[in-house]
Formats: sequence, structure tokens, C-alpha cells
Amino acid sequence: MSPTNSIKTFTIDGKPVSATESETILDVARQNGVNIPTLCNMDGLTSTGQCRLCMVEIGGSNRLVPSCVSKPEEGMEVTTESPRLLKYRQMILELLFSERNHICAVCVTNGNCELQSMSQRLGVDHVRYQYLNPQFKVDGSHPKYEVDHNRCILCGRCVRVCDEIEGAHTRDLRNRGINTLVITDFDGPWGESKSCTSCGKCVHVCPTGALAEKGKSVAEMAKRRQFLPYLVMRRKGASK
Amino acid sequence: MLIENRKIAPPDSDKRWKIVDATMRKQGYSPTALIEALHTVQESFGHVSGEALEFVSESLNVPPSKVYGVATFYNLFNMVPLGDHVFSLCTGTACYVKGSGEVLEFMKTEYGLEPGQTTQDGSLTFIGARCVGACGLAPVMILDGEVVGKLTPDQMKERIREWMSHDE
Repeated sequence: MSPTNSIKTFTIDGKPVSATESETILDVARQNGVNIPTLCNMDGLTSTGQCRLCMVEIGGSNRLVPSCVSKPEEGMEVTTESPRLLKYRQMILELLFSERNHICAVCVTNGNCELQSMSQRLGVDHVRYQYLNPQFKVDGSHPKYEVDHNRCILCGRCVRVCDEIEGAHTRDLRNRGINTLVITDFDGPWGESKSCTSCGKCVHVCPTGALAEKGKSVAEMAKRRQFLPYLVMRRKGASK
Repeated sequence: MLIENRKIAPPDSDKRWKIVDATMRKQGYSPTALIEALHTVQESFGHVSGEALEFVSESLNVPPSKVYGVATFYNLFNMVPLGDHVFSLCTGTACYVKGSGEVLEFMKTEYGLEPGQTTQDGSLTFIGARCVGACGLAPVMILDGEVVGKLTPDQMKERIREWMSHDE
């Protein structure tokens, strides 16, 4: 492979940029100071394209593509912000709000929540859809942490960090569609999980207050994620 | 290593576990044999029980949560035993437009069943299917494996009543 082939040059919002073979549109945008909204994506974990917030427009095509799992092509014209994209992004957030019970005023992550800050950034000031008001039980069986599915946005970060970084794969998603729920082991109480190592990585990658440390009150649960880039780089170093 | 060579014993002496084990052995206990193993469990036992999930999970070395996720993702696997008779109603778009919603309501008022439920006496299970791939026959219902389509909601109700009484 000649080096000239492996570099792709294209434009993001009119600005000429270049990408190596392994980089996605989102990676390149971030390197160039373009902040595409994301919720499920997390540097150090596999991208799954679940939240659809990172959808971008490609010149000459009517289809939107999720930038976190799309590779750029030579000469591509990527647009990361437009009235159409904003409309869809707001819609996605509104649907997330209507699907579960996101009540910031009583939430442990109030002020530290990615769903909250993303809504502020994208100007979501009301929800057009009827709230489903589901009633999920809070699982407080674990001695250190608790899970409140009412605040979960099903981004899958906890599932991926547990599988890819911790290696336990304690968490996964059960059912499908509107019935999807994050589970531990065979959908049992978290505290009785045989595979969980109680490392707390899932708690700290969670974008909302769905996973939190016990004993935290409103707005007290700030997430600490410095471990993730550290562990990823340690792995890379060890495999060399 | 002891950890790698441990033998996973079936939950009890039921001979059907041997069929499940044979399926997994044929695939070299590869994690990719998960769905096939679950199919065998479903065929042999009629449903996928919690202990079956544990047996498959340990045998194939697939995390419990993943096994549970896969088993609940696919409608073909059911986690509770089915009734003697199984009634599936397609609630996909085409069937819904053609009136399957009315039959859904009928099942609730007439037999007290929501999709996924079984009657108290275990005689009938009602399954709400999400498109069976026969939209041309909409609205589609499946009475114990017999596909019935192209009826009006009223004809469907009549047919269900007939079918319900054929055991008597």
C-alpha cells in the first residue's frame, strides 16, 4: 500500500482535512476542532452508532450517515451542522426524554449529565411527544452502586466498558425496541451478580444518573473518566 | 489448565440435555454456536429455561448477560413454557392496517390475554408476532403452525372461536 493511497483528503464544513485509513469522520472532526454532538460514543470504546446524534450530511447524497462509524472518502464534502441535522438531533433528544423519566431536579447527576448538557447545547427547551412515564424499579442490591433504569438512555457504554475494558461482560441489553433494558448476568439483581467485579467503570462512563454511587444526593454524582484513556494506553503498551 | 478443561455438567439427569450438549459439541463448543444451541433447547424443551441458559452459557463460555440478551432478542425463543395450543397474531404494519389491532383487542376481552401471555389452565398461549414475512396475506394469524391470512377481522374472530372449540 503506498502512503498516498492511505491518506484521504476531504472537507468538513468547507474546511479541508485529511484522515488516515483507520480514522472515522468523527475522529477527524474532533482533531480539527469540530465538535459533533454524540451521546453513545466514548473515546477508548468501540463505536456502535446507537444514539444517532452524530449523523452528518454528505455532499451529493440525501442520506445521513453516523460519523462515528463512517470512514471518509476522497473528496467527500461533510456538513456537520444544518437546520435539518439540528431538527433531527433535537428530535432524538426529545424522544429520549419522553421514553424514560428524566427529572433533573431530583437527579444525582444534575449539572454533570451529558443528556442535560447536550439538550442545553442543542436548544431542546420542550418535548413535543407524550411522556411514556414507565415505572422501572431501582436496583440497589449492590453494596456500592445503584442502577435506576428510569434515567437510562440505552447508550450501551456500560455494556461496552464492562466487556472491552474490564473483560467481565456483566452487562448486556435484553429484549428489543421499547422493551430494551440493561441487565446484569441473567437479569438478576446486580448485588448477586457472579461476574461483576465491582470495579465501577460502568458507573463512571454512564452519561446520565442511571448508574451512580450509593450515598450521593442530588447533583453530587460527578463522573470520573480519567481511567479510560489510561487503561486503553496501558493495553496498547502491553501488546507492543 | 484446570480452568479451561473443566467439564460442564447438565443441570439434571434429563436426557434432553444430551441433545443440547451434542449440538454444542458438534460446533466444538464455540461461542458462535450460541443461537444454534438455544434452538436445540427450544426444540427439545419447548421453552428456554433459566437453567438451560446457565448450561449453555457455561458450556460455550459466553457471558450470562449476552446469552440472556440473545435469548430475549429473538421472538423464536420463549422463556416460559407455552400452552397446549399457540395462537400467534402478526402485529406488523401491513397486518395492523388490515385490522389485526381489532383481533388483539378481541383476544383481551374474549380470553383475557395480552401478547406473550398464557391462560391460567395452560391451554392457550397468545403471541404477538412482529411481522412473519407474509405481508401479502395480511392480516396473518398462525393457529398451531397453520398460517391463516386474508380474512376480515370478523372472519378471524369466527375462525379463532372455531379453532378454540375443536378440542371439546
